Amino acid sequence: MAGATGQDTGQEGPGVYAEVRNWLLAPSWLTIAIFMLMPVLLMAIYSFLTKEFRGGVIWDFSVASYDQFFLDRGLFGDEPPQLQWAYLTIYARSITQAGVATLLCLVIGFPTAYFIATRPASTRTGWLLLVTIPYWVNLLIRTLSMKFLIRDTGPINEWLMAYGFLDTPIKMINTDFAVQLGLFYSYLPFMVLPIYAAVERYDFALTEAAADLYSDRWTTLRLVLLPTVAPGVIAGCILVFVPSLGAFLAPDLLGGAKNFMIGSLIEEQFKGQSGNWPFGATCAMVLLTMVLVAVFFYARQQAKSTRAGS
Amino acid sequence: MSQGNSAEFAVEIQQVVKHYGSVKALENVSLTIRDNEFFTMLGPSGCGKTTLLRVIAGFESVTSGRVFLFGDEIEGLPPNKRPVNTVFQQYALFPLMTVSQNVAFGLLRLKYPKAKVEARVQEVLDLVQLSALAERRPSQLSGGQQQRVALARALAPEPKVLLLDEPLSALDLKLRQAMRVELKRIQEETGITFVFVTHDQEEALTMSDRIAVMSDGQVQQIGSAREIYEQPRNRFVADFIGETNLLDVKVEQIGKGVATCRLSNGKALEAIPAGEVTTGTAGYVSIRPEQITLDRSGGDSLLEGVVDRLIYLGSGTQHLIRLPDGAEMIVKSQSTLQQAQAFKPGDAVGLCVNPGAVRLLVD
Repeated sequence: MAGATGQDTGQEGPGVYAEVRNWLLAPSWLTIAIFMLMPVLLMAIYSFLTKEFRGGVIWDFSVASYDQFFLDRGLFGDEPPQLQWAYLTIYARSITQAGVATLLCLVIGFPTAYFIATRPASTRTGWLLLVTIPYWVNLLIRTLSMKFLIRDTGPINEWLMAYGFLDTPIKMINTDFAVQLGLFYSYLPFMVLPIYAAVERYDFALTEAAADLYSDRWTTLRLVLLPTVAPGVIAGCILVFVPSLGAFLAPDLLGGAKNFMIGSLIEEQFKGQSGNWPFGATCAMVLLTMVLVAVFFYARQQAKSTRAGS
Repeated sequence: MSQGNSAEFAVEIQQVVKHYGSVKALENVSLTIRDNEFFTMLGPSGCGKTTLLRVIAGFESVTSGRVFLFGDEIEGLPPNKRPVNTVFQQYALFPLMTVSQNVAFGLLRLKYPKAKVEARVQEVLDLVQLSALAERRPSQLSGGQQQRVALARALAPEPKVLLLDEPLSALDLKLRQAMRVELKRIQEETGITFVFVTHDQEEALTMSDRIAVMSDGQVQQIGSAREIYEQPRNRFVADFIGETNLLDVKVEQIGKGVATCRLSNGKALEAIPAGEVTTGTAGYVSIRPEQITLDRSGGDSLLEGVVDRLIYLGSGTQHLIRLPDGAEMIVKSQSTLQQAQAFKPGDAVGLCVNPGAVRLLVD
């Protein structure tokens, strides 16, 4: 993007302007460097340092954190190394929870986005505003409210019991479901907005054409609408899945101790005096690497199908 | 009439009314379209022609009225249950599918066997001369090619009636003229009833077996191209189809199929009435520009005026004649090799009208 605009201005006035242009870009480069590259670099470095017992690091190179993450050498560290499952299990659980939350967001978010995009143009902004209103409240408060809502003595269970639908409360708090619900509630707009943008651009004459050619509603959805708005759906899924993977508020407050997720694991390493900064950095690096590899393969797949298409 | 749902008509529209809130798109439209016919609905934008097409296709429900397809009532059926197909104005080709996938779409939904789908796709692509581009995507085609794909896609399922919603309006003039001939050829070759919507009268006149002229949600006249041009039923049709000169007259005497009218300059002329007229009513006469001849001002011409402007059209010349009362008349003459007769602006001229070419309208 920056390169393309650069070429345009370069043609208008070579020499002097080219130099000014580079300086004009400096704030952007600086922002990216300080707020994006530096923290990641710092994290990468810290993951290879030695831990200090009261938090913080000693500047000695060490792979001890990676060793701790992947290898199990027994209680005293003198047994032959085996694959360490403890942390990988947490990662697998996190991926499952984030995956289910993404699916929930998709199932609820797609019809919502479709509904908004098919309203008269003048009312769409109002609908979008309604979607974002809950997000004016702090995430912590919202997650806590969810906790009060679904606990055993919360309004949902009490109403159901008061009206005789239930004898004992449904166990919702401290379950996988609670975590998924919390994540779903936290990230729903990230699903709705990109899908809305895609459906809004969709030409509804295509739906009419499909119906005209003997296609029922489901077939039209499957063969015409979904493939056309797929980029928006995929963007929404990435935007929900990635932050869900690293979330710690929802799992912490709603999932209880046995629903430990990546976010909580990392948080613990930096909290108070018991932390282990290099290990926390290592956990974050493993997560980052996983996400990058997934995005890389996705991008390559996309490029391939685009090339095949043209 | 209300039960006249005879199977001999491809489409029968009975007293269809369509309101959008307070907007009246169609007001009591009744018409019949014959089998194997190239039927055109012609009118200015907002006249209801596209709404009527969408009613036949099933995209719009009617406020009241009935729609029959070969004798079967189809009003209330969703579009995918109606054996008609549409060529959309902006084509609406599926962007992610190839040309042949687009064309096969309807056949696959109708559960044609695979071999038959392939054969049929090949057949219609041959018909529109696009076989070579079968594996391209719509974005890689020109406007004219996309238009042919849209046509092939709609023809593939062998619809009983093909609906075309201003399909040529996005093409440039040369292509549009070529496609007119092409469409007519395909209609004749396939024998499918075509219902064609356009605001372009030239398109309507050149292709159609019959034309329905519409305005304000109503059908003004239905007839062959010749009928609506030479025998317009009312002022709107006379004015909308081609160019015409309208003169105020008073009906003086009614004879056998001819009415004698008095012009405002006191001269009398004979006109063929477009409907029932009574003596003494005021009306208009419509005279086509090519039915008037000019001569050097003499005594026996119908009207006299002064040449205001000449417009050279290549095949002929259009004269704008200013009458003494300020009104303007259009007169068209064919180009001939003898230009001795040519008029110049400022010349006083007399206008003579071919007898039998004057139409009396009283609406």
